[in-house]
Amino acid sequence: MQEAQSVAQSVGLVVPQTAHFTEPLPLKSGGVLPQYDLVYETYGTLNAARSNAVLVCHALSGSHHVAGQYADGSVGWWDNLVGPGKPLDTNRFFVIGVNNLGGCYGSSGPNSTNPATGKPWGADFPFVTVEDWVDAQARLADRLGIERFAAVVGGSLGGMQALSWTLQYPDRVAHALVIASAPKLTAQNIAFNEVARQAILKDPDFHAGHYYEHGVVPTRGLALARMIGHITYLSDDAMGQKFGRALRHDKPVFSYDVEFEIESYLRYQGDKFAGYFDANTYLLTTKALDYYDPAFDYNGDLVAALERAKADYLVVSFTTDWRFAPSRSREIVYALMHSDRRVSYAEIDCAAGHDSFLLDEPQYHAVLQAYIDNIQL
Amino acid sequence: MSFHRFDYDVIANWIEPGERVLDLGCGDGSLLRYLGDVRQVRGYGVENDPARLLACARNGVNVIQIDMEQGLAGFDDGFFDHVIMSLSLQAMRNTQGILKEMLRVGHEAVVSFPNFAYWRHRQSILNGRMPVSKNLPYQWYDTPNVRFFTIADFDALCEQEGIVIRERLAFDEDKVIVDEPNFLASVALYRLARADGAAG
Repeated sequence: MQEAQSVAQSVGLVVPQTAHFTEPLPLKSGGVLPQYDLVYETYGTLNAARSNAVLVCHALSGSHHVAGQYADGSVGWWDNLVGPGKPLDTNRFFVIGVNNLGGCYGSSGPNSTNPATGKPWGADFPFVTVEDWVDAQARLADRLGIERFAAVVGGSLGGMQALSWTLQYPDRVAHALVIASAPKLTAQNIAFNEVARQAILKDPDFHAGHYYEHGVVPTRGLALARMIGHITYLSDDAMGQKFGRALRHDKPVFSYDVEFEIESYLRYQGDKFAGYFDANTYLLTTKALDYYDPAFDYNGDLVAALERAKADYLVVSFTTDWRFAPSRSREIVYALMHSDRRVSYAEIDCAAGHDSFLLDEPQYHAVLQAYIDNIQL
Repeated sequence: MSFHRFDYDVIANWIEPGERVLDLGCGDGSLLRYLGDVRQVRGYGVENDPARLLACARNGVNVIQIDMEQGLAGFDDGFFDHVIMSLSLQAMRNTQGILKEMLRVGHEAVVSFPNFAYWRHRQSILNGRMPVSKNLPYQWYDTPNVRFFTIADFDALCEQEGIVIRERLAFDEDKVIVDEPNFLASVALYRLARADGAAG
């Protein structure tokens, strides 16, 4: 394929870095992290004015590995967005991905060592919130010499972090891209999280969160939690198109083993996830989702909560996303508009449900590209 | 379509510097961009067509993708100084509903539309063909327009709905038409307000 225009490329081989912080981090829960590590990746080059930095925030199961690939071939989770010639062009921007606190990919979390005991934190790792993550990210920005981000970008729970950045550090972020997100979860959304948590908490291998010491992993609970999640990330139509009622044996065999292809898919996704993700991180992260509500301290008035914001915003939702429905994104948009913020909103027609935000649907990426291209450095 | 349209100056003259403006059916955002340049408005566009939304994003104007036929439920009463609908009313099904919504969320509304009673259009009908012109550039089978009305029709609707016409300008191309606008004007622009004058 020969293209006249610049061809989108990968950022290539990337290596994560670790920043160690010894200044205690006060948490919203009232707890304190006395010291902590943040593992992160960067792509592109910070310019002399330090004005081209973009922070990409990850969602429930994401990580700092946003783009490029490791020596083992694993590709970043938003590689279709970040790279030379891509909407978030690393020829122009210095892009940062951070694994959030409480994570399981190298930043301090339940599976890392509690310096007070020399053993894994397990259930003793303090509750962390979206606001705490943003505070930690801000300290990493300090460390990297970034006073102000050109943009903070995130989908789903990552979108909540992007929104929160503009409220916690209004002078430190010029643009927020809030994608497939919500100003707070609905009761139904919390309900899905609670079922996922109960699956983990009730797994006999959970051992009250200290399963590391028992040499086991609550894989059954974690797999079940992931299966529930996957159902809600896909649309009815997408699931129907992908799996339909296809039967593995072409006819019912009256068994609880895998018969329908959707059963096979969910079990595979669940087992795979349970093989690498940490159950305590899943618990903590779903609670962070549930707790997020920037309007809570403003009697539920989101417009009042947004009053201190100074950023410009792009909000994007997807027509078939019922876990983070377009109506929830519109709540953010209307509140921003009524707070006199500059805001644009695109509702992308895409069949893939909540997972749409990870795809490179042409209109979606074109809107991101158009918005990002207009960001002044 | 980012060239300067003759009606932009009229609209700009009805708008004070720094106003909050909502442009319904904002196309590629060129009017909002113009009003931003000459009136420093805080402008938002509404557009439901993906290609036009993308053009707005490229143009650097605020654009919100919603279906106007569903009304403007998310917008607070009286939030905007002016709500504009430039050459789009004829493409809306819920005519009365959207006019009411425009005057709910805005202190004033600005509406422009092609006058179907323009003499060239009448001539075309008399010759047995639906009019096709600069302001009605579509064939009958591919037009996005769903409401076909005249200046006289719109005056009557305002009367019926209790909408006050604060100002009306009629044009044939870029020439102002004072006499017989329903016959001689191809486009009309209106500045509208609620009869109760409750624009706080």
